[in-house]
Amino acid sequence: MSETHSETVAYVRETMLPPEPPPLAETGAIKWLRENLFSGPLNIALTFVGLGIVWLVVSTVGPWLSHSVWNAGSMAECRQIIAQTWGEGATGACFALIKHRWNQFLFGFYPQALYWRPVLAFGLLFLALAPVLFSESTKARRVVLGLSLALTFVFAALLGAPMGALLGMAVLMLLWAALIETRPRWSLLASLAYPFIAVWLLWGGSLWSEAMVLAGFCLGFVVWRLLAARFGLLAFALAVMATAAWWLLLAGPLASVLAGVLPLRLRPVSSDQFGGFVLSITIGVAGIALSLPLGVILALARRSDLPVIKLLAVMFIEFIRGVPLITLLFVASLLLNYFLPPGTNFDIILRVIIMVTLFAAAYMAEVIRGGLAALPKGQYEAADALGLDYWKAQRLIVLPQALKISIPGIVSTFIGMFKDTTLVVFVGLFDPLKAMADTIRASFEWKGAYWEPYIFVGAIFFILCFGMSRYSMYLERRLKRDHH
Amino acid sequence: MKKSVFFGSVTAVALAASGALAAEGDTLKEVKARGVLNCGVNTGLIGFAAPDANGNWSGFDVAFCKAVAAAVLGDATKVKYVPTTGQTRFTALSSGEVDLLARNSTWTFQRDTDLKLDFIGVNYYDGQGFMVRKDLGVSSAKELNGATICIQTGTTTELNLADYFKANNMDYQPVNIDSNAEGEQQYMAGACDAYTTDASGLAATRASFADPENHIILPEIISKEPLGPAVRHGDNNWGDITRWTLYALIAAEEYGVTSANIDELAKSSNNPEVQRLLGTTDELGKMIGLDAEWAKRAIKAGGNYGEIFAATIGEQTPIGLARGLNAQWTQGGLMYAMPFR
Repeated sequence: MSETHSETVAYVRETMLPPEPPPLAETGAIKWLRENLFSGPLNIALTFVGLGIVWLVVSTVGPWLSHSVWNAGSMAECRQIIAQTWGEGATGACFALIKHRWNQFLFGFYPQALYWRPVLAFGLLFLALAPVLFSESTKARRVVLGLSLALTFVFAALLGAPMGALLGMAVLMLLWAALIETRPRWSLLASLAYPFIAVWLLWGGSLWSEAMVLAGFCLGFVVWRLLAARFGLLAFALAVMATAAWWLLLAGPLASVLAGVLPLRLRPVSSDQFGGFVLSITIGVAGIALSLPLGVILALARRSDLPVIKLLAVMFIEFIRGVPLITLLFVASLLLNYFLPPGTNFDIILRVIIMVTLFAAAYMAEVIRGGLAALPKGQYEAADALGLDYWKAQRLIVLPQALKISIPGIVSTFIGMFKDTTLVVFVGLFDPLKAMADTIRASFEWKGAYWEPYIFVGAIFFILCFGMSRYSMYLERRLKRDHH
Repeated sequence: MKKSVFFGSVTAVALAASGALAAEGDTLKEVKARGVLNCGVNTGLIGFAAPDANGNWSGFDVAFCKAVAAAVLGDATKVKYVPTTGQTRFTALSSGEVDLLARNSTWTFQRDTDLKLDFIGVNYYDGQGFMVRKDLGVSSAKELNGATICIQTGTTTELNLADYFKANNMDYQPVNIDSNAEGEQQYMAGACDAYTTDASGLAATRASFADPENHIILPEIISKEPLGPAVRHGDNNWGDITRWTLYALIAAEEYGVTSANIDELAKSSNNPEVQRLLGTTDELGKMIGLDAEWAKRAIKAGGNYGEIFAATIGEQTPIGLARGLNAQWTQGGLMYAMPFR
């Protein structure tokens, strides 16, 4: 203590009181409870109602879940085990069904020895997407690459992939990952080739037929680039014709010749063996991948100044949005049979993918149109002022901003479409939720199981959809350009 | 991403290029050329058609597909099972996607004529019944006045139910359900007093309950549901082959030919009908474009009609159906094979 205080006025306090803790009602859990749950008569009532509901759910579902049986050969055995352990009259979940038939929920009737092929196709999907989806963050990309590499390899090995396939997989995936890390721009070409690899892995057969289709696209692209400067739009028509001619005349014979020289064949798997999540994800990914570009084109067409194009786009979008998806699926599966010449074998999964894509594209077009409309007029004018032509203006100025605005809507459409793939049950395909579950319930062992398949399939759908939604939020944060 | 996915559309073309087969004309020739019988089955009906954990199909209808494949192709495993739903089954047949539809379909006038199907016979005589909880105290369907009834929509059972209650001057409250599993769940949860569907389905459902003793199936059968395999109109030879394969299975039971004693009987039987059936004498197979031993192979595939019944839906199985109307005509049932002569 210094002497100075002795000279100051007496009523001035010379030391501060130590701070008191806040009153009990204004701190910690009690404060939170009071403010959030019991702040008024209405909220008090609502809190008790909510607690009642929670208790009701827990008290009904809780015992059922806690009595789950994982090891049993049939429903009857499950019930016996539950009765023995928990007493007569107890109910419990019989997840032994999932343990017994998980492979059919995931792979449908895909041949068991070939399970590694869909797994590899799914793993490669992330390799193909990584340079596109995680182009901005090296760390996130590396995590995704590492995870997909390791998981694909482990699962393929667990599912009994042959040694040769495992080796090939490891080499292919490591090379691809190295390409992504060292030459990101070149890896985009590999991503472009991914759909062909995936189709080959899923359906099998000769790689050369897929390669010939791909070669047709390359040919068309080359023709267009060579002639575009001189002929403009005509070059595009020529490129289309060259591609079609290639597919119709040369591709088939050339594929068989090449297959004779170097037979790159996998055991063929027909579409009717697809089922479960292999089917859902195949249709979902193809639909998502195709509907986005189609939706962009439709959205641009609807805002076009050319009346014919605008009218066509409006008619298409309004027609598709006015018709339920199930109707379109029925058209794909039943009505088309009567239009096509008898004996045509137009793959059913392909038909469904086309219909699902058209359906999603119409919604996508409206979502993107919303993004285009949200863009200030100045952006369009700025693009014009820079002397950019229509396509360049769209590609460099307008679409990057419009798509960024539309991300939540786009991802919602994706998620909705992915969940809608379960509707294929109505055209006789084995979706995981209903067709596969009902088929498994039709066996002697598992008749009488009801909730277990729904819970299992619902959980997987949740993981996939939640993943998509989290990614879209990550992307929004990443692409945020306005610094507040 | 836009670019990368655009190319996916091409996968379509590659797939479209694969495979093409004729739908009309000589089904036998096509099946032989293909080496596989395309058989339309249910997407999953307990006892009649269901795949196991390895994707191998089995069941009462599936056994018939196997018998036809054995008769025509000489190998009961050469069947491609095409699962069909209630909506897609007849289109699948008429568009040529399947050669034979063995999918517990009721033989009706309209399906036989207007839909241009040929039902080749009846492999199971079914009928619609009711199941109720025992404590409801009901012992006859006539006492169900005012009851809530779980009923699958879009089926013949729905129409039969309406007809029956109208004819008996009773009221009911329908609870619409979409599938058998959902029906069971609703019934168990007490959403309806009675559950109605084909009697075979009721028996299977009751057997799967934790407490089957607390539920009874009422004695009334309110409709005729003759279930049979069907083929397309217009290919009579194929219709003959499938029809007589069914008769061969039924006749084999009548004459005591089983999968166990068939080889022995083929050599030593003195019964001329058995000799003709098994191709020991006469060459009946030639008349339908097959070889002499077609029926022998068909019977060997899964046994005679009685053996198939016992193995898939009979009293020893969890479904536990009695033969009833499906017994041989000599046992008071309706199974009656035309003479092999």
